[in-house]
Amino acid sequence: MAVDPPYLYPDYVGTRLRAPSKPQVRLPKGSFDFDAPAFPRKVGELEHDLTRQHAGEPLGERIIVTGRVMDSDGRPVKHAVVELWQANAAGRYLDDGDQHPAPLDPNFSGAGRCLTDQHGRYRFITIKPGAYPWKNHLNAWRPAHIHFSLFGNYFRSRLVTQMYFPGDPLMPHDPILQSVPDDKGRARLVARWDQETTVPEWALGYQWDIVLRGRESTPFEDEHH
Amino acid sequence: MSEPLTPSQTVGPFFGVGLPYEGSEDAIPAERPGAIRVEGQLTDGKGEAVPDALLEVWEPTVGFGRCRTDSEGAFHFVVGRPQKGAASNGVADAPHLNVTVFARGLLRHLVTRMYFPDEPANDRDPVLQLIDAARRQTLIARRTGNVLHFDIRLQGDDETVFFAV
Repeated sequence: MAVDPPYLYPDYVGTRLRAPSKPQVRLPKGSFDFDAPAFPRKVGELEHDLTRQHAGEPLGERIIVTGRVMDSDGRPVKHAVVELWQANAAGRYLDDGDQHPAPLDPNFSGAGRCLTDQHGRYRFITIKPGAYPWKNHLNAWRPAHIHFSLFGNYFRSRLVTQMYFPGDPLMPHDPILQSVPDDKGRARLVARWDQETTVPEWALGYQWDIVLRGRESTPFEDEHH
Repeated sequence: MSEPLTPSQTVGPFFGVGLPYEGSEDAIPAERPGAIRVEGQLTDGKGEAVPDALLEVWEPTVGFGRCRTDSEGAFHFVVGRPQKGAASNGVADAPHLNVTVFARGLLRHLVTRMYFPDEPANDRDPVLQLIDAARRQTLIARRTGNVLHFDIRLQGDDETVFFAV
């Protein structure tokens, strides 16, 4: 069973004119076995804390999102850049294209970066994003989610994905999450509320581990074969 | 033993606050001798502009760049001409850049290569030779003055060649 969604998933209308129609070309083994880019920008000390980027604190439920980044060979992905972006607590992005009539929060931009430590651990402090409507189908609402972007160690490790929150009733209705072909794959995109990570009187904690392609991984399955 | 991978999801339309950064289009400084400006347009299966995409270029001997498309689907980078690629099957690849495409509507990213025009090594490049002659030109930039043009078509008859990575 393929891990990743297919390119064409008609329930997600945006795929219909953007999914390539021709098979991907498979190159000899090793053709893409080179290192990931070294991120050319320094990651600041406070970039992991989305609640401290403005004069005041953002509105919403303060949360900690943390976990381990590993590769498929079981090795921690150390000292690697993790980038994150999200809507505010009202479900609005700081983006000119976002027309949802929900308020912007002057104290929340919704973007962060951090580096994993020597065990591959990352940690962000943010607020829980709100659900928001989109025009995919009548009454379509995205479940609350946080976007993640990771490079990993190798070019083939590159991953852009989304993290969801446990128990969200919108998940079964979301074609973007449902595009992942099996239950286990979808479950890997849902964080776990964690008592140990939760800080008393301060913030709820979520654990979410991420596994990237390692050196020994097989190429993307080509859905045309 | 291999760990189960985390599945890919679309970058969505609202990555602008998170991914591009000032100067991210420049894989090398524009004033460096040999710097080349690359311009292109990203289009969909109807030939319409894709205004909510993010492209990355990466080549170990050149550097990394990142650019979001504008309302016309246009993107640009400043790059250098890479050294010859690693030998595969005993024949060195002609110079090229790896180009990665993320967009709303792409549940997984796409990877293609941009080759340089007027490059004699293109005729011996083992990857270009794998591809039907009719589609090969989708991987080779066109030169206009000092600028290289590299358009990317996601879908359709003139679809860009993408690679299984």
